[in-house]
Amino acid sequence: MQFAVLSGFLLAALAPLFHRWFGERASFVLAAFPAALALWFLSQLPAVMAGETLVLTMAWVPSLGMSLTFVVDGLSMLFALLVTGIGTFVLIYAGGYLRGHPDLVRFHLAILAFMVSMLGLVLADGLFTLFVFWELTSITSYLLIGFNHTDLEARKSARQGLFVTVAGGLALMAGLAMLGVAGGSWSLSELNAMGDVLREHDLYTPLLVCLLLGAFTKSAQFPFHFWLPNAMAAPTPVSAYLHSATMVKAGIYLLARLQPSLGGTEMWTVTLSVVGALTMFTGAFLAIRHTNIKKLLAYSTIMALGTLTMLLGIGTEGAMIAFVTFLLAHSLYKGALFMVAGILDHETGTKDVTAMGGLRVLMPVTAAVAMVAALSLAGVPPLFGFIGKELMFESVLETGAWRWLVVLLAFSAAILTIAVAAIIALRPFFGQRRQTPRVAHEAPASMLLGPAVLATLSLLFGLMPSLASSGLLTAAASAVVGAPVEVKLSLWHGINLPLLMSLVSLALGYLLFKRWDRVRARLARLDPLISRGPESGYDAFMDGVVVVSEWQTRILQNGYMRNYILVMIVTLIALVGNSLLLRHSPQLALSLDVQFHEAVVVGTMVLGALFATISRSRLGAVVSVGIMGFSIALTFILFSAPDLGITQLLVETLTVILLVLVLFRLPRFSSLSTPIERVRDVAVAGTLGGLVTLLVLTSWSIDQFVPISDYMIANSAPLAHGRNIVNVILVDYRALDTLGEIFVLALAAIGVFAMLKLRAPEKPKKSVPAKENADG
Amino acid sequence: MVKSGTIILNTAARLLMPLQLLFSIFLLLRGHDEPGGGFIAGLVAAGAFTLYLFAFGVSATKEVLRMIDPRDLIGMGLLLGMISVVPAWFVGQPFLTAQWWEIPGIDFKASTPLIFDIGVYLAVLGAVLTMVMTLMEVDKDEP
Repeated sequence: MQFAVLSGFLLAALAPLFHRWFGERASFVLAAFPAALALWFLSQLPAVMAGETLVLTMAWVPSLGMSLTFVVDGLSMLFALLVTGIGTFVLIYAGGYLRGHPDLVRFHLAILAFMVSMLGLVLADGLFTLFVFWELTSITSYLLIGFNHTDLEARKSARQGLFVTVAGGLALMAGLAMLGVAGGSWSLSELNAMGDVLREHDLYTPLLVCLLLGAFTKSAQFPFHFWLPNAMAAPTPVSAYLHSATMVKAGIYLLARLQPSLGGTEMWTVTLSVVGALTMFTGAFLAIRHTNIKKLLAYSTIMALGTLTMLLGIGTEGAMIAFVTFLLAHSLYKGALFMVAGILDHETGTKDVTAMGGLRVLMPVTAAVAMVAALSLAGVPPLFGFIGKELMFESVLETGAWRWLVVLLAFSAAILTIAVAAIIALRPFFGQRRQTPRVAHEAPASMLLGPAVLATLSLLFGLMPSLASSGLLTAAASAVVGAPVEVKLSLWHGINLPLLMSLVSLALGYLLFKRWDRVRARLARLDPLISRGPESGYDAFMDGVVVVSEWQTRILQNGYMRNYILVMIVTLIALVGNSLLLRHSPQLALSLDVQFHEAVVVGTMVLGALFATISRSRLGAVVSVGIMGFSIALTFILFSAPDLGITQLLVETLTVILLVLVLFRLPRFSSLSTPIERVRDVAVAGTLGGLVTLLVLTSWSIDQFVPISDYMIANSAPLAHGRNIVNVILVDYRALDTLGEIFVLALAAIGVFAMLKLRAPEKPKKSVPAKENADG
Repeated sequence: MVKSGTIILNTAARLLMPLQLLFSIFLLLRGHDEPGGGFIAGLVAAGAFTLYLFAFGVSATKEVLRMIDPRDLIGMGLLLGMISVVPAWFVGQPFLTAQWWEIPGIDFKASTPLIFDIGVYLAVLGAVLTMVMTLMEVDKDEP
């Protein structure tokens, strides 16, 4: 199974080939991948529904005890079905939406990679695996938001989304590390079994703070919500998929996953329910200020994400049932609504709902789909959204701490959401026919399929709630609670407070919709306040980062080679000196048993070094350094290391050649440093030389470990089939190091090439540092 | 600056280059048992081309290299290095575990370390040649 999931990455890489073979129809061919995965998950559904948990283990780094384990329980199953199911429709939809777009290949590449990352995220059992996939979703999301990369706004939004989610990712990494340490395990399923240990642990507070930061940034919780509406710069299929149905729910998924092990404490309950309720209200409130249909939907997604967080915070069994129900309902109607928004944008050429009107005549199918989905969003019976909202109200009324605030926020958010739903479903399709930039037609079948199926499911699950609840939702809720739960959903709950709240909010919401234009005008007065929201904090922070980095670049990256070398050497002296002199006592075990020829070689070396430092000509210095190098080669040969000797000789020869080539490019040899600087340089160089000598002598006289060379000598021929131990070390024992080294070498060569061949035309102003640079 | 030209250098380069290249391959193949190996062999080969460069200049050397850009050699080398990592995986051993295959008929053992060593050889050769040729070409541009 791991291979089946990960093969998506391969498929992403091969997307260009599919385009060559299938042309425009590649979208539909590629959609077979998520469809096949969705079918596989469906085939596993009966087992999961019976309460089983599928564990798929594959060794990854066995020596470190790391494995690539996928666990499919109810919660993972729910998410996996959403990812693959909606993914299928989004790919088909994109085939229509981005038809003829020159960068369709890039879109497919990124969205397939995203799909696999998201799937890995919800299936992962290991904390490391989870984190890797988590970060992959951030990166692929960045690529998708910035899909229209020639648009400045899209680039800025993509960067913002990346920075916010990756900053949260760093916190998450710290949180996961602490979680692993606290629980003594790196497996989520094992951690979930030791909730009491974790909740009592000293690290509980810091690890929870870090994990929440990660989850809140990813799932756009207040005050990190601002990146999500900006992410609407992405093409609509991306918004429908990443920014409503899947990626933004990753944070929610993590919280739900950790609910059995970390949930239930005062801190968890209060933080999640208050932050969730605030997010819910903020999202719904900011939504009605907008006339851009995608922004409306984005803010209403924030509202939904807040609701989900709040429900997890409330933490009762009823709240968990409400959580999974609302999650499924939201994914269905929001996915459909985003796709409808894309159709409207695609067919009319505008995203502004006030510019559309009377479209139901021209696009009857779209209108019907929009209507069903929006009714579900508003929570009108008999749609699935209604059940979700009823359960939500029920749970909110059970809240312990901060009850009045949470209830108030939830109720106002419901009213606002109903208004939003009405705006989306009624404004474009009813009323007077308006002139749109493009003459609207009904959308092609590929674009209607996805929203139609999702809207139908919203209706079907509403009319027959047992279809969803008896299997999938029971399993999912049990996974979140951590114990078997029975989920029984029904449309009719009797006349009670939640129903009353629903009815009142419906009436008030409709009233708000009727007066929307006037309300919007009033709300415009709040603009100065809103513009000072969290996003301005983000902007100020980013500006600060730029200022600081400019400042430190001026100091550290000043372009003078000699300063770089000085900094590096001084750092080396500080670090080596610290551990050598302060933490170990240096030992000088000198045994002067030197042969005559050895003394000659060493003497030559010393002379070469001395001459290199005092030489007044550059060629002289190069030759003296060369003499040193050849003497070293001679030393290697004297101590019977022919490989090293040959290498040293060759490297020395090529170095001289390279230096000679560079010499021609340098300005006249002149001494630029003052006498004081020269004294300083001598002191620094002398200190390092002395220190390294001391280090070598000390390390020679201590043996703390059995030398590893004995093992290598003994095993080189029998195990590695080679008698040349140096080569065996290079290509077998230490092959990974060598691999790294040839990559470094390649980078160095490319660096030289780039510096010399791809230079920007020199600016006259900067000519002074450039000259200095060449001298260094 | 780097002037091509003296008869002795030209003749020596013409004669020596093939020998040096042959020698480098000899060093590469025997490296596992006797002094040699991909790194040294790559340097020897780079030396051969550099000698030719000094004798005949950049464009003549490019002709000798035919269509091969030294930068492509780097890529090929890295790719071979990466490929040699994989076979162990298929027999259920950790990445990079050396695999040996007997080739029937001739007394020669193919192995992933050899593939890896060839990768090192190409990467070293490509890297050095890229540096030297870039430096020489830029000199030509700026009289």
